[in-house]
Amino acid sequence: MAVVEVKGLKKHFGNVKAVNGVDLSIQKGELLVILGPSGCGKTTLMRMIAGLERPTAGDILIGDQVVTHLPPRARKIAMVFQSYALYPHMSIFDNIAFPLKARREPKDAIRQKVEWASSILGIQHLLDRKPRQLSGGERQRVALARALVKEPDVMLLDEPLSNLDAKLRASARDELQRFQRQLGITTIFVTHDQIEAMGLGDRIAVMYAGQVRQIGTPQEIYHEPADTFVATFLGSPPMNLFERNDCLVGFRPENFLPPGVLQPEDKVTAFPFHVGRVEYLGSDRLIYGTIEGAAEQNKTISKLPSTITVDIEPDKVYEFVVQAKDLKFFDKNTGKRIEPQPLD
Amino acid sequence: MWAVKNAIKRTLLYITVMIFCFFSASPFLIMLINTFKQDADLYRPQNNPFIYNFPPTLENLELLFQRTNYMIFVRNSLIVGVLVVLITLVIAIPGAYSLARLTGQWGERAGIGIFLVYLVPPTLLFIPMFRIVAALNLNNTIWSLVLVYPTISIPFCTWLLMGFFKSIPRDLEEAAMVDGYSHLMAFLKVVMPLSLSGIIAVIVFTFTLTLHEFVYAMTFISDSTQRTISVGVPIELVRGDVFFWQSLLAAAVIVALPVGFVYNLFLDRLVAGFTMGAVKG
Repeated sequence: MAVVEVKGLKKHFGNVKAVNGVDLSIQKGELLVILGPSGCGKTTLMRMIAGLERPTAGDILIGDQVVTHLPPRARKIAMVFQSYALYPHMSIFDNIAFPLKARREPKDAIRQKVEWASSILGIQHLLDRKPRQLSGGERQRVALARALVKEPDVMLLDEPLSNLDAKLRASARDELQRFQRQLGITTIFVTHDQIEAMGLGDRIAVMYAGQVRQIGTPQEIYHEPADTFVATFLGSPPMNLFERNDCLVGFRPENFLPPGVLQPEDKVTAFPFHVGRVEYLGSDRLIYGTIEGAAEQNKTISKLPSTITVDIEPDKVYEFVVQAKDLKFFDKNTGKRIEPQPLD
Repeated sequence: MWAVKNAIKRTLLYITVMIFCFFSASPFLIMLINTFKQDADLYRPQNNPFIYNFPPTLENLELLFQRTNYMIFVRNSLIVGVLVVLITLVIAIPGAYSLARLTGQWGERAGIGIFLVYLVPPTLLFIPMFRIVAALNLNNTIWSLVLVYPTISIPFCTWLLMGFFKSIPRDLEEAAMVDGYSHLMAFLKVVMPLSLSGIIAVIVFTFTLTLHEFVYAMTFISDSTQRTISVGVPIELVRGDVFFWQSLLAAAVIVALPVGFVYNLFLDRLVAGFTMGAVKG
């Protein structure tokens, strides 16, 4: 059952088409990640779902009810802001209790729910403090607890991890996922960080220039990109692309291997690879170079795990190979994925 | 060695603080002492001004309370002050909030424009204002002041509050709206408590303004029972070239002490209010 449905949603700010025709359907209990570079409209999309922004066109349904023109308070949503937006003049208890007080729930019920939410997130000992006395990670938990006590149909998270330092982010990500699974809350998570998206999402919607370019599981998005944008936005380093026979050919750096590594029976395509520079990164080796004979000057990267110990030296040409199944083909003009083409 | 240095430092600090304390308190002290002095004591230059050379007297207070309309002036000033503060808050708060949240350049420009209005001095405006007051049949009543004082207080206070509202992240209001409040309630529950310093600054500024304003109070009102302190007291206690100094000082200190005391309760907030507005505006 779809909990949230977005149909043909548009938001134009003057001439800027921030969101330009988005259709989405989010299933119950699912964690959908909206991934895209900054300025792609992902935050605007989420703000429209929250009711903080009025759509130019299109409809939003939450739990089978059209909410397009309802104010945020009439939608069964909770939101965690990037800044956490904790109320600085209230104690943590009052912060978490705020949405319940807005609904005029009885005092005992409020106390009970605040204690429930704070125990899930391990912040019971902070309830008497003020937000400014808390660390970034603690503030994030408070923001989550405040979203949780509402028992919303949908929880909206706007880059909630981006204000945490790198070390904390990994553990917060893990915690967030565990807790979302445990409670089964339908969640929309906005981020520009592909690692967060891949690690957290049941499905990922990749957005660019106001449109959803592809929706799918992390595996689908990574291995079967729908167009060149998705192909190059995900993956680090991104997918190699070059022009050949009037179409674009792409393959992931980790699939571009020196000969002798693959089994002889694998169906492979070989490319003459002129090595420019080799980077040792401990667990991996990144080899930068160009493919000779490609239509134009191209930059190609090969990523070799440290288990492959073949000697690669700069300024030499090697025959690198890609398995046929790892070659992706895109239309030269539209960038859309097309059927595999014969090479040469 | 270090301890000695520290002791000297602290001593210097305390001496400085004491000098400033005395400096701030001395006007009140002089007013209080002189209130109870006899004429003969006050007017003899060889007398020490800080002590009573003759026995203190209550005569000057008697003159103030029984032979002038002092209590009526105080009452009028209070009515005018409270009403003008309320009018200012009711108009400046929503005005400043709207301008602060107006996207684009116009909010800023309108704010500067409003502030410029504040710079036009009353000495330039009192004649046209008098025509308006007369046309409305309000001359000779305190209502003329209730009408006109907001023209000074609202522009300044709107501008001051704009800085406050701008410094409050929009996220907070939006969070409150997602949490179940209307926009208005989100404003009352989140924005107002966070701008309390600014609102207190506005109250103090406006109330002080109504207490000391002279030009409008002088020109609009000639009936003694409608006058406020700032005009009533000097008019009734300066007769020709005779100054009833002790009663004048008593009239000032009786009002100044409670007002000063109340302002001091909010001192920290007040300082934050004015300095923040200054930086952020």
